[in-house]
Amino acid sequence: MRLFTILTCLTAFFLLALQSVASEGELDALRANVPLLQEPTPEPLYQVEDRSRRPVREYPMQPPTIPHRIDNYQVDLNANRCMACHARSRIGETQAIMVSVTHYMDREGNFLGDLSPRRYFCMQCHVPQTDAPSRVGNTFVDMSDLIRESRQRSE
Amino acid sequence: MFKRIGSFLGALWRVFRSPSGYFSLGFLTVGGFIGGVLFWGGFNTAVEATNTEQFCISCHEMEANVYQEILPTIHYTNRSGVRAVCSDCHVPHNWTDKMARKMQASKEVWGHIFGIIDTREKFLDHRLEMASREWRRLEANDSLECRNCHDEQYMDFTRQSPRAAAAHQRGLVEGDATCITCHKGIAHELPDMAGVHGWE
Repeated sequence: MRLFTILTCLTAFFLLALQSVASEGELDALRANVPLLQEPTPEPLYQVEDRSRRPVREYPMQPPTIPHRIDNYQVDLNANRCMACHARSRIGETQAIMVSVTHYMDREGNFLGDLSPRRYFCMQCHVPQTDAPSRVGNTFVDMSDLIRESRQRSE
Repeated sequence: MFKRIGSFLGALWRVFRSPSGYFSLGFLTVGGFIGGVLFWGGFNTAVEATNTEQFCISCHEMEANVYQEILPTIHYTNRSGVRAVCSDCHVPHNWTDKMARKMQASKEVWGHIFGIIDTREKFLDHRLEMASREWRRLEANDSLECRNCHDEQYMDFTRQSPRAAAAHQRGLVEGDATCITCHKGIAHELPDMAGVHGWE
């Protein structure tokens, strides 16, 4: 009788664990919920957006997204392809947008003559966007919308 | 013995001096024509053979360095399957320019024999020098090799992204930029660009 109880408990626990794994699988970005022993069909490669107008930032401190393709851009010890257009000294010729002045500051806030080494690798913060459908929902609300709503409520 | 060789050479020289005294005019004309065709065909075939990618990457300096670097770029693999081989960008298509380039390239054979860039480290040490030479060449001939395929005369700017169209209009049509002014390092990796105009 005792053994039966333990076995039932174990089975129930195992089933619950399985279920939780399955529900986590829905968010599995790498394998898209396909069991390990099956070969998933890869999704098509999505187009990288290429726009001439600047995208709006979702919040004030958001690193702006890159509005063009950056295939094979070389950013390493030898060369920085991004800065060949976006550096302060280059924007006159290229008419690209200059990187923010904060990129020329070290962590103590001193201004440097050139790009700060800690800002050298652009793709740590700035990334291009594709037209891929989003996998998960998003309840993000713009801060200015929240302020507007609260203002309307108080009126 | 020496006398016999001397008389044989003398006879050969007499035939060479005035072959029409020994051969018919028809033989000389037709023979000269066929000989000329064979020589010219053979010469051009040999030059064309040195223009193939197989020939270029038969040297490990090319195969292990620059060839590996072009593999992921758009000039090697792309949606339409049209691709450029080494000579499309590094050898002019025009005959006289091609001959001039081939003569310059004999120095590269020297470099191969004496192992000037036969290790990765030596190659990287020489990379800026070699890349600068190509940039100078393409600046001087207004990116001739690029223009074998790409020419702003036939670019439909409305089919380009607005940023690209504006940049091409500004640089190529109104300005005095040429392709290589902006498009450096598109097929191979860049050397240390400190001090190169536009990359400081």
